[in-house]
Amino acid sequence: MSTRPIVAAPSEAVAEVVFDATMQERVSDVLRRYPTTRAAILPVLWLCQERYGWISPGVVRAVADRLGESTAFVEGVVSFYTMYYTRPPARYVLQACTTLSCAWCGGRELVEHLKGRLGIDFGETTPDGTFQLVGVQCLGACGTAPVIQINDDYYERLDANRLDAILDELARRR
Amino acid sequence: MEPVLLRARGVTDSQAIATYLAAGGYEGLKKALAMAPDAVTKEVLDSELRGRGGAGFPTGRKWSFVPKDHPGPRYLICNADESEPGTFKDREIMEYDPHQVVEGIAIASYAIRANTAYIYIRGEFLRWTRILEVAIEEARRAGFVGRNILGSGYDLEIWVHRGAGAYICGEETALLESLEGKRGFPRLKPPFPAVVGAFGKPTVVNNVETLACVPHIMTRGAHWFASIGRPRNTGPKLFCVSGHVERPGVYELPLGVTFREIIEEHCGGIRGGRKLKAFFPGGTSAPIMTASEVGVQADFDACAQAGTMLGSGGIIVLDETVDMVEVAANVAHFYAHESCGQCTPCREGADWCMDILDRMTHGHARPADPETLLRICRFSSNGMTICPLGDAYALPISSMVTKFREEFDRRIQTATPLPQKKLPVLPWLGPRPGFGL
Repeated sequence: MSTRPIVAAPSEAVAEVVFDATMQERVSDVLRRYPTTRAAILPVLWLCQERYGWISPGVVRAVADRLGESTAFVEGVVSFYTMYYTRPPARYVLQACTTLSCAWCGGRELVEHLKGRLGIDFGETTPDGTFQLVGVQCLGACGTAPVIQINDDYYERLDANRLDAILDELARRR
Repeated sequence: MEPVLLRARGVTDSQAIATYLAAGGYEGLKKALAMAPDAVTKEVLDSELRGRGGAGFPTGRKWSFVPKDHPGPRYLICNADESEPGTFKDREIMEYDPHQVVEGIAIASYAIRANTAYIYIRGEFLRWTRILEVAIEEARRAGFVGRNILGSGYDLEIWVHRGAGAYICGEETALLESLEGKRGFPRLKPPFPAVVGAFGKPTVVNNVETLACVPHIMTRGAHWFASIGRPRNTGPKLFCVSGHVERPGVYELPLGVTFREIIEEHCGGIRGGRKLKAFFPGGTSAPIMTASEVGVQADFDACAQAGTMLGSGGIIVLDETVDMVEVAANVAHFYAHESCGQCTPCREGADWCMDILDRMTHGHARPADPETLLRICRFSSNGMTICPLGDAYALPISSMVTKFREEFDRRIQTATPLPQKKLPVLPWLGPRPGFGL
């Protein structure tokens, strides 16, 4: 299993963010792809999420400063999209598809099982910070329903047994 | 029919450029570069290729709208934001044959004289983002991308731009806003992107599957392409079938095949020997069809004639066990979550439909509910909103209420009064809007 855990920087560590040389270089590399600096906002936010694990208010300010935008503008962009974590995520974010094909092909039962096993509801994290459960809309893998995305990876054609084995393995790794 | 777009599925190492070249890859680009850009557009126009993203607009005509005398840069965008519920075909192309997409982009960019192309891919598709990046790099090293491609003097850069989770960004003008680093709010048209698109410049936005057809049109000719399917509905099409069939998956078939053939023959019929109840012909944005309409041809014109649309070719099959009120509630949740919030009929309407359908599912239907749903949908469709998302929730929901009215009425007969306390969220449905991370 290749799913890497998310390592989220503690809030204090990203209260104020200064991009180091590596980050600056990556940002410059992104900037040369577009005719405007504003177009780099989404890719730079991705670089930050990769680096810090989430988009803290400090990260938003750093991105805004680097790209010459207001904090409010960058914040507006961040809040429009669902994939930027605005709070430190758990090590494994379980994103269960709740849309039609998944829901009607075992997804509903799978979500019930997951909630029971983890003792949490959508939007919640297990007390040990290992798993976070999120209900998401269509992941575009309807032919292999039901599907759960764990961090960056898709897990398809799931049933309760397979999912349990996957979660056991992930939990053991911490 | 012999596979065209999916010919590499199952082939060892199919993602690699060597495999693609061995199968005659990049011959279409070579041929195109030896022609005048307008001749390339003419070839695509003659093939009668229609956009595979959902709208079915003739691709060649879209290209021809780009002003010829525009001095500044132009852009070609490959729309890989595949997000329509029930659609998973572009992923299949990117997984097995990414160079087909890269070559299609190069040919299309040449035809509209664009020197920069972006692939806008949905944020969740990180695996396929990486696959495309590798393919572009391979193509660059082989001289198919970059400066002076194959000595023709034509330059092209291709960049992959990753979205961040928003269904609406699959709509072409919302995509452009998102590419420019903004919230994905659709733009009013006109001006159309072909005139004022990305960064204010002429831009063509084409779906992955559309672009994947282009190399084949170049190598095998417009007439070959037009000979597949039926007039004005030409070429091979990827149908993604999900839901209650024995063999869900992506099937490549000529346009014009019937839904019956797709469901019964190719997908092995309804799972467990059950009966077909209904199906969405092209994602949940397309009005639902009943079992009695299964003989309709799966193409743009036949679907339009039947009062629905082929959309993306995402066929969601529902068997006799499903409760249509619950299905409608699920669909409403999706659109209430994905409405960008610019236009009142969509932002409020999708939410109201979700509230009403949730309440009905909980057993508290009111006599006026079906008519209220239809009225909300009427005020949100046929040009009442900036982009088609208003129609995308209103038309399927009203079709479900109309075609399965007895199920909605039955909910009224068995309803109990609404309790005073707040209703719990249906446990199997997604979080309500604003309840994300």
